Amino acid sequence: MAITVQGVSKRFGDFQALDKVSIEVEDGSLTSILGPSGSGKSTLLRVVSGLEHPDQGRVLIFGEDMTHLPPQKRGVGFVFQHYAAFKHMTVWENVAFGLKVRRRPKREIQTKVAELLELVQLGGLAERYPGQLSGGQRQRMGLARALAVEPKVLLLDEPFGALDARVRQELRTWLRRLHDEVHVTTVLVTHDQEEAMEISDCVVVMNHGRIEQSGEPRRLYDHPDSEFVMSFLGYANRIGDSLVRPHDIRIHLQPGADALAATVRRVVFLGFEVRAELEIPEGQTVRVQLTRSQAAELSLAPGQTIYVDLAHSRRFPEEREAAA
Amino acid sequence: MIARFSLRLVALGYLAVLLVLPVAWIVWSAFGGGVDAVWRSATAPYAVHALLLSVLIAVIAVIANTVFGVVTALMIVRHPFPGVSILNAFVDLPLGLSPVVVGLSLVLVYGATGWLGPWLTAHGITVIFSLPGMILATVFVTLPFVVREVVPVVREVGSEQEEASRTLGATAWQTFWRITLPSIRAGVIYGVVLTMARALGEFGTVIVVAGNIPGVTQTLTMYVEAEFQNFDPRGAYVASLELAVLAILTLVLMNVVRRKGVA
Amino acid sequence: MAALSPAAAVPRRGGVARTDDAAAVVVRGLSAGYLSLIVLLPLAALLWTSTRGGIGAVWQTITIPTVLGALELTVGVSAIVVIINAVFGTLIAWVLVRDSFRGKSAVNALIDLPFALPTIVAGLTLLALYGPSSPVHVNVAYTRMGIALALLFVTLPFVTRAVQPVLIALDRDMEEAAAVLGAGSLAIFRRIVLPNLGPALLAGAGLSFARALGEFGAVTLIAGNNPLRGTQVMSLVIFGDIQGYQFSSAAALSFILLALSLAVLLVFGRLSRALSGHHDR
Repeated sequence: MAITVQGVSKRFGDFQALDKVSIEVEDGSLTSILGPSGSGKSTLLRVVSGLEHPDQGRVLIFGEDMTHLPPQKRGVGFVFQHYAAFKHMTVWENVAFGLKVRRRPKREIQTKVAELLELVQLGGLAERYPGQLSGGQRQRMGLARALAVEPKVLLLDEPFGALDARVRQELRTWLRRLHDEVHVTTVLVTHDQEEAMEISDCVVVMNHGRIEQSGEPRRLYDHPDSEFVMSFLGYANRIGDSLVRPHDIRIHLQPGADALAATVRRVVFLGFEVRAELEIPEGQTVRVQLTRSQAAELSLAPGQTIYVDLAHSRRFPEEREAAA
Repeated sequence: MIARFSLRLVALGYLAVLLVLPVAWIVWSAFGGGVDAVWRSATAPYAVHALLLSVLIAVIAVIANTVFGVVTALMIVRHPFPGVSILNAFVDLPLGLSPVVVGLSLVLVYGATGWLGPWLTAHGITVIFSLPGMILATVFVTLPFVVREVVPVVREVGSEQEEASRTLGATAWQTFWRITLPSIRAGVIYGVVLTMARALGEFGTVIVVAGNIPGVTQTLTMYVEAEFQNFDPRGAYVASLELAVLAILTLVLMNVVRRKGVA
Repeated sequence: MAALSPAAAVPRRGGVARTDDAAAVVVRGLSAGYLSLIVLLPLAALLWTSTRGGIGAVWQTITIPTVLGALELTVGVSAIVVIINAVFGTLIAWVLVRDSFRGKSAVNALIDLPFALPTIVAGLTLLALYGPSSPVHVNVAYTRMGIALALLFVTLPFVTRAVQPVLIALDRDMEEAAAVLGAGSLAIFRRIVLPNLGPALLAGAGLSFARALGEFGAVTLIAGNNPLRGTQVMSLVIFGDIQGYQFSSAAALSFILLALSLAVLLVFGRLSRALSGHHDR
């Protein structure tokens, strides 16, 4: 295992940021830690990097106990949400920093920095200051800076959180490609489920300082262990005590066994996808997702009465009991 | 942890040796002869006169510079005219000058042999070596404070409230008293406190233009120096104590205003 | 529409000004007159008196040995004071921002004491504790060390107050990033914190330098008034000249002192801006 976290707890005053968290990150994987704000995901990453010290528990990197080592000695790369660019240094100096404090020979620094700047596509901007770069460029510089010291693991704390949607999407795809090239074990913290699902080999879902579930993105999406995981990974309609995703609802024009009568309230055409809002007898609104051809077949229109089949809905009874 | 503790120790030690211990020792020395002796020194006629004169000069300087400061600050921000940056630079000038240089330049204009000297003498006006000169000197060195403090506040408050007041039918005068002044109050008070502190404490400039005659043209700071030179350290310490108390009051006021300004 | 652009606000404001044009002109005149009578006219008289004999005369005054000595002493002691201020001012700011201990806010308020305390009182307090009748048997009266001490007292707040807000606003991420990259505390301070404090540090140092060059009240008692002791700084020499009605000599020396402090402010200001220029966001 590249990273092993065993029973780590961390408290800030009255706030329990981490509550006996244990995870394992496989060598060479790209793992996302996904959760809402305040779930403890960033704290977990900071504990792994050594920027925070856990009250309890151990952190191992490639089998070596790092719990009591300062960040300087852990050999990790860290990328910050707000870039943490060294404002008084050029792009080149920023990337070279880790090598300089390690007193590497000048020749080696030159080659290594040039190579990394090419890798993150900043070759022509080496002499610029961070203030003269766009957000996306700054973050690529941050990544090159972290990679320069050849870290054993790369930790990214909401790396795209401060960027606008389009740049975010670009960098996300680019990061996945980069990971496939470089193969360094990477842990990414995010609150964006789409980001996590799109680029990770493994997703760890956190809530209230605990791990809710972890595994391959597809498995988490299809087989959520809890109501929280299901609703956090994508929209889910709640009907009675079961949850169902909009695209898992089948619509029929004729009544059938286990089908619920509903009235169409609104139909929105979004290119390939068609979204409809239905009202079921209890007065509840249900969102449905269809393909264009499915919608055409049903010729959905507001006011129409249809029948919905909720066979793919899920219940999380244990949790309900636990809550009661 | 140890590094942090030793840094703290060095910083606090430096402050203790340079600031706290000397001031504490003065207080201790002043009270060395008992409270009676302090009272006797404080109520010596020349000491009382010096204190009153210092307060009088400071009050005049505060009034003059507050009026000038508020008006000039409003002008700099609201009605900038060509050359406003030059005015701005000149306002700051007194901060960078040596007190004796300021005193000398006043003597060169208002002294008996100065530019305006003959004309003033002919009209029976004495400026240098008398009260007007001392006021002039104090006003000079305290001129920047109100302007400096009020300009950023005026800038931050903006002119929308004033425009609203005008559209509601208030005259310029009413707008100034009811809208403008209350909204820049914190800046004005802070400027006044700084002006007051500097005016009460000014020494170099005033001693150049004042006759330094005990009971006539001697301020409290000049009294401190004179007593010390006359080998009466207790008198000097007690007068210093009075000035120090005023300084500490100023500090407290500064902090109160600063905190209110933030809130 | 043009009215929606921010630039459109400017002519409108001009329109408001026009309604009370006459009043504005009067106020402007009064304000300029006040400034002229109190500040500008005296400074003009000073410049005129000091340069009346030409630059040659000023140069002659400088080369008088006692003046040259005073000039060297003033600049030398001020320079040392500025260096000490830079080190301790930054250290105090650091402790006030990054450390936490009981009574910290009182210490923070204490920093302003030298601004509030009259300079003559500052000099007297130092002389009482570190003078001829010192209870701790340290006597710096009539020495250069004493002058330095007095100047350190009155210039204490400049660097601390300049550096403090920058340190508060300093992005902690940068230091964390440096730590993860392997930099130790000293390297972080030297390579990350110090360069970012640089502009403020220089600005504060410049102000304290200018103040030290011209200081009079705090040094007058400690330096004594004896030219033979070699403790006469420029302001004391000028004061002596004024007392002896040597106005033209006093004016020449004032001119030198003025030029010196202007040069200091200019150089430090330029340096400060040069340092901050490239990494402004």
